[in-house]
Amino acid sequence: MTEATETREREPVKAQRDGGIGWGLRTAVGLTALLLIAPTVVVIPMSFSGATTFEFPPKSWSLRWYKSFFGSEKWMYALLTSVQIGLLVAVAATILGVAVALGLTRSRFRGRGAVRQLMMAPMIMPGIVVAIAIYGVFIRWQLNGTAIGFVIAHTVLALPFVVTAVSTSLAGYDRTQDIAAATLGATAWTTFFRITVPQVLPGVLSGFAFAFVTSLDEVVVALFLQTPDIQTLPVQMYNSITLEIDPTIAAASSVMVVATTLVLLVPQLVRRERRTR
Amino acid sequence: MTTTTIKARSQGREATRPRGRAAWFVLPATALLLVFFFYPIATIVWRSLTEPDAGFGNYTALLHDGLSVKVLVRTLVTALIVAATTLVIAYPYAYAMTKVRPRTRAVLTVIVLLPFWTSLMARNFAWYMLEQRGGPIERFLGLIGFDGVVLLGTVAGVTVAMVQVMLPFMVLPLYSAMEQIDPRLLDAAGSLGAPRWRAFGRVYVPLSVPGMLSGFSLVFIMTLGFYITPALLGSPQNSLISQVISERVSKLLDFGGAGALGTVLLGVTLLVLFIVSRFGGPARALGGAVTHD
Repeated sequence: MTEATETREREPVKAQRDGGIGWGLRTAVGLTALLLIAPTVVVIPMSFSGATTFEFPPKSWSLRWYKSFFGSEKWMYALLTSVQIGLLVAVAATILGVAVALGLTRSRFRGRGAVRQLMMAPMIMPGIVVAIAIYGVFIRWQLNGTAIGFVIAHTVLALPFVVTAVSTSLAGYDRTQDIAAATLGATAWTTFFRITVPQVLPGVLSGFAFAFVTSLDEVVVALFLQTPDIQTLPVQMYNSITLEIDPTIAAASSVMVVATTLVLLVPQLVRRERRTR
Repeated sequence: MTTTTIKARSQGREATRPRGRAAWFVLPATALLLVFFFYPIATIVWRSLTEPDAGFGNYTALLHDGLSVKVLVRTLVTALIVAATTLVIAYPYAYAMTKVRPRTRAVLTVIVLLPFWTSLMARNFAWYMLEQRGGPIERFLGLIGFDGVVLLGTVAGVTVAMVQVMLPFMVLPLYSAMEQIDPRLLDAAGSLGAPRWRAFGRVYVPLSVPGMLSGFSLVFIMTLGFYITPALLGSPQNSLISQVISERVSKLLDFGGAGALGTVLLGVTLLVLFIVSRFGGPARALGGAVTHD
């Protein structure tokens, strides 16, 4: 243990002496970082384009695509649908996921490993197979093109993220604290709300955020479940490339990029705030 | 002193008792997945064997329609290329993440995670713009002497975009494996006379194999079933398996034929998972991916 801490402490010093990492590695990292970030970021200048095509880089600038996005009933309805479904999914997946994480970390029962793997399955199974499978049964159960259908399907897909996020924070939770609280006279409820909840909350919050973003971003299942009456934002975006060649998608993409970034950064900031406090 | 210990111990026992009850908490989610995930997948396999006729008709048709086998092979090759390319690109990046100062590491982590979570549609749209006729990539390739190369609509164009989309799934497992490698082993190899590159090749790389394996299998599997990128950036002439599956379901409502293709895809996925589970498993890799948020 002490040895490990020692090397940890010694390492940065050594790294600094060596000038951190070599220039070759530095270049490779820089290029990879560029590859990771650039394609996401190019949609932002594109959204201020003045042209009616997907021409890039734009030759003239305007706000017309933002006007078109926020002024269009179709796009706003898609955005609203996505946000509503996303919030319902986040609530459902968080409740179910927290329960699973509690069950998995706080009890030992037969088939525990199997349940854990079961929960991860929606992440690993091929997306297109999951989509046609859900579509197939939803046609029969008449859940196609219904809000509840979208919520159920997306909750299934979001569950693994919540379970992982919450399990991780529960695994780091030291249960002797509960005993300590109890010896000091706290009831089980007080312990839960005053000791457990504050420590597990960041994990739960990131689970909630992951679930919301998973639903907000999901396209493949949504493409199958869509009907003219109910379309999520990613579906509308997909159609605007394949069917309409409508540059409003650039504004929609920029809004999505900014919004998801904010949603995912908030739990991180909350966590940092707690740590510094 | 002794009284508190005893009290603590008895409290501890009380705290262990409801543990059994917590097991029931997994029931609602398990039921949801059984009904809305595993049952639907089972029906896909079932329908591939029963629609329109019982038997293996759909599967023999795949072998003889002259297209499906070609598409399947193309999909497998594409997935292999994507997985290998992401491995080559991600390895130095993940390695650097273990070497830099904590603050730089945090920045590098955010760079990996943000695109991972920011709008898949936005990213595919961005690639569509970059790869289109007259787009930046064509112009750049023209500058360096390759005139008129348009990536949009080709397998190469799909591959490039998929590599970018899949990169985080390779970086994160690699990083969590490399983080575990004790840097003193390299010093030890050095003190025994190994030059740095040999110490790296003979000590470090073998120790990072578990990370490489989970990253590779994860990217390979996810690429196999990926639909949006090939649908937007590819073309029907050189379609991947997911496009064919989608086409059969949405245009022809041919759940039998699409189910057979889907079952083959599932089979390949499970086979890869089975092979990899002997060495650690992608579930662990995914756990790592989300832990390092």
